[in-house]
Amino acid sequence: MVLEEFCDVAVIGAGHAGCEAALASARLGCKTIIFTVSVDSIAMMPCNPNIGGSSKGHLVREIDALGGEMGKNIDKTFIQSKMLNSSKGPAVHSLRAQADKQNYSRTMRQTLENTENLTIKQAEVSDIVMENGVVTAVKTVSGATYHCKAAIICTGTYLRARCLFGNVINPTGPNGLMSATHLTASLKENGIELRRFKTGTPARIDGRTVDYSKMVEQFGDERVVPFSFTTDPETVQKEQVSCWLTYTNEETHKIIRDNLDRSPLFSGVIEGTGPRYCPSIEDKVVKFPDKDRHQLFLEPEGLYTNEMYIGGMSSSLPEDVQHAMIHTVPGLEHASVVRNAYAIEYDCVDALKLKHTLEFKDYGGLFAAGQFNGSSGYEEAAAQGIIAGINASLKLHGKDQLVLDRSQAYIGVLIDDLVTKESLEPYRMMTSRAEYRLVLRQDNADLRLTEIGHDIGLISDERYSAFLVKKAAIASEVDRLKNTFVGGSAPVQALLASYDSAPLNNRISLADLINRQELDYDKIAPIDPDRPTLPLDVVEEAVILVKYEGYISRQEKQIEQFKKLENKKLRQDFDYTQIKGLRKEAAQKLNLVRPASVGQASRISGVSPADISVLLVFFKMT
Amino acid sequence: MIKNNTIAAIATAPGSSGISIIRISGDEAFLVADRVFRHVGGKKLSESPGFRAYFGKIYDKNEPIDEVIALVMRGPKSYTGEDSVEISCHGGILVTRRILECVLHAGASMAEPGEFTKRAFLNGRIDLSQAEAVIDLIDAKNEFAVKSSLSQLDGRLSDRIRAMRAQILDAMSYIEAALDDPEHISLEGYEEEFTPKIVGFIEEIQDLIKNYDDSKVLKSGIKTVILGKPNAGKSSLLNLFAGRDLAIVTDIAGTTRDVISEQINISGIGFEIIDTAGIRQTGDVVEKIGVSRSISAMEGANLLLYVVDSSTELDENDRHILSIMGDRKVIIVYNKTDLSSKVDETELRALSPHATIIKMSAGDGTGFDKLKECMVSMFNSGSIAQNDQVIITNLRHKEALNSALTSLRRVLESIEGGFGEDLWNIDLQDAYESLGLIIGEAVGDDVVNNIFAKFCMGK
Repeated sequence: MVLEEFCDVAVIGAGHAGCEAALASARLGCKTIIFTVSVDSIAMMPCNPNIGGSSKGHLVREIDALGGEMGKNIDKTFIQSKMLNSSKGPAVHSLRAQADKQNYSRTMRQTLENTENLTIKQAEVSDIVMENGVVTAVKTVSGATYHCKAAIICTGTYLRARCLFGNVINPTGPNGLMSATHLTASLKENGIELRRFKTGTPARIDGRTVDYSKMVEQFGDERVVPFSFTTDPETVQKEQVSCWLTYTNEETHKIIRDNLDRSPLFSGVIEGTGPRYCPSIEDKVVKFPDKDRHQLFLEPEGLYTNEMYIGGMSSSLPEDVQHAMIHTVPGLEHASVVRNAYAIEYDCVDALKLKHTLEFKDYGGLFAAGQFNGSSGYEEAAAQGIIAGINASLKLHGKDQLVLDRSQAYIGVLIDDLVTKESLEPYRMMTSRAEYRLVLRQDNADLRLTEIGHDIGLISDERYSAFLVKKAAIASEVDRLKNTFVGGSAPVQALLASYDSAPLNNRISLADLINRQELDYDKIAPIDPDRPTLPLDVVEEAVILVKYEGYISRQEKQIEQFKKLENKKLRQDFDYTQIKGLRKEAAQKLNLVRPASVGQASRISGVSPADISVLLVFFKMT
Repeated sequence: MIKNNTIAAIATAPGSSGISIIRISGDEAFLVADRVFRHVGGKKLSESPGFRAYFGKIYDKNEPIDEVIALVMRGPKSYTGEDSVEISCHGGILVTRRILECVLHAGASMAEPGEFTKRAFLNGRIDLSQAEAVIDLIDAKNEFAVKSSLSQLDGRLSDRIRAMRAQILDAMSYIEAALDDPEHISLEGYEEEFTPKIVGFIEEIQDLIKNYDDSKVLKSGIKTVILGKPNAGKSSLLNLFAGRDLAIVTDIAGTTRDVISEQINISGIGFEIIDTAGIRQTGDVVEKIGVSRSISAMEGANLLLYVVDSSTELDENDRHILSIMGDRKVIIVYNKTDLSSKVDETELRALSPHATIIKMSAGDGTGFDKLKECMVSMFNSGSIAQNDQVIITNLRHKEALNSALTSLRRVLESIEGGFGEDLWNIDLQDAYESLGLIIGEAVGDDVVNNIFAKFCMGK
């Protein structure tokens, strides 16, 4: 007899994508089972010990605004926090926090364990059972069958994973954990092609063996800003730990160059395609021979351990070379290596096979999220996870699917890029990928998405009412700043003079005063006696809207144009080679991607504006 | 970049009639027209009930350009189904083109090939049965526009644009890399390096726009090929057109070994004059190449100038060439009238019955004015047509340069206004896109790719 159980949604994998997917699905009332090869490794951070960073911080905020967990979890478990790019425009401000890795993982596990409708199973899923192209069950290696109406693949870097350094090849997932070896065959049997990607992680060293006096200390911010819109800022003001900056040098580079032939990357042992944005140290040395040094950041792995992560030194060189190169670095002369750096290869899918909902185009009820979709990074994974979890449950409830577009969220940009553009390497979020980034700021993620989260059912009524109050307060403060005028009275002129600001000849709005480069909201307080007392986030938002109004309204116009094509939907079962007048290359690409809208079609490389004109005419015709 | 806004184009074939029409269509058609058109009675087109004609003048800022009639049609009852204005003006190419430029400057975009028809169809103004024809039109015109746009572009100009784009891309990538990885790449002090670069781009683009105005940029005009036996005086004729010594002129037959061309402007009409090596049965290898080029140059010609050396008798070569010209538009230049004539005009007429014969001396210029008059009148009578794509390409390029200029000026404003580096890039990206339109290059993931190629990113 084999075990048989029933659930609504089966989530395969409990990394950052799996956790968000399972939580969303369970919170929306679906009976959900989350499978993991190791319950002790739920929400594990096998690479860098931080959450957020440029554009990734935006993703975390958006996940939070939709009702996800990542932001809350890092707020509970961070040990250092920084707002990056704070001297630049508000659109590129980005929050990044160092996590206590074990605490992060443990806290997320507790949340999963205490969520209604959610069950955790330690088991390797080996089969996805489909009938007539629709998912009906998943099976584990032990033969147990879990009947389900939807399954979400979140296998991360575990599928047929192998870890490499030098000539050492370990058939494991990250951190020596068991890999998942069976699911690939089942997916292939069902006609789902997979490909192989590669990524890597640096060595960890014993913090006691580091000479910090030769490094530059990197502090957290004095005033910490939480990730979650629900976290009270006062609760995150706590003692923080430091990171440390040091550099490689010519000696380091010489050791690397002399041993390149022993790297599996250069000898051809590694088959997978690696990402350009986090190159191994050997890649950096080869690709940028003119740079005489590279930055390294020592980051604590947590409060529970002395282990330090050497950011900037990912590698797959042999053990002896790794040790030798580490010892050339100032402060690391006597460093004791706890874990070696390694490269990891894994199976993943070409996300062009997916809809924007993250459901497979050809397999009903089968969803996918995270590194399995060819992305990289915890935040990118979590962002896809929550969308896949939401859509699986919406589908089961017979409701419309959630698709965020490129003008609504970084999540929208991420998913649209994944399902539209052919990618040859793991995909990382970057602010330069978001064409409407002035409106997609981390500060307004709640204004953009809370309403959607509430409609779906992940945001409580209580949180939603608080949000509406904030929204109204922002609107009224913007209105007040634009419509409150001051004249050239003596106190006004005196205040302006004290900041070397031109005196007033005519009445001028408070907004116009704030927009003067030498002034700001706080500076004009003395001549704004009727100013209400407002929470900091409301003031911040109002000032941004006033100060960047010109830029923002230009982007909003572009967004209007963008939406016109986005709203022209295309059938997904159409053969584009039928259309006379479409270039052959364009027809092939369109058949490959099967875009959901004319807008998506226009972003496929190899589809020209003239092809789009042809599409518009053709579909009007039919 | 896909636009769905107000568009404009010349709706009549240039030079083919006494009146030219510039059509404007889109949501802001009336607003755009009001910016350039002044009604004699002071009426605003945007306040017109529609389906009326208004007499007035087109102004370029405060300078009147032409007296015109503006026909106002309100959507959906117009050709395109949108608000439209048709400006009928006095036909000349220069005037028509200048009015279109003013309209573009006032906020319209140059229409894409087949775009009026496409809009008419999408707005339900054209029958379904015509839809396929619309697709063919977009397709054919697009292919042609792309080809002609690139082939018309002077190589030096595209090099300059490419070079500038590469620099803009580097500057953008540097900023983006720093925004993405602020702990590895610092923007401190970058403003001092960046601002002069932007000023330099602005100057470069202003220079390019000036070049467009001087029509030095496109290989434009009626393609006119000078043919004739070696030493018939072809190069001397070209030099007359050019007003300076271009081709090597000697008395030795076959000294022009390559095809030499020159852009000229006669009474506002552009001609591209092409000199060729003479067509002659020859054993000389170098000249054979010249001869085959001449024959291929003749293939795409709108007008042939066949130069006859009247001081030597017609021979088999002349008869052969005149016979292969067939039905093409030909002017026979009866050259060297300063020497004693050995060629019988009646024989020439017999050989080429449709040709016009102009007697002149390319050596001293006698009769050259007659030749030019003849060329202009052939154009005005419609018997030779200029390729209208050239005018369109030219304006499209200029529009793109102007918008690049606007974007770059905005970058300077952002710097002066103390706005962050990420905001500089918003407009820099637009400038980069606009310049890409000229050389037919889309943007795609250029910035992201360049960041990875040039900067060492990440963990």
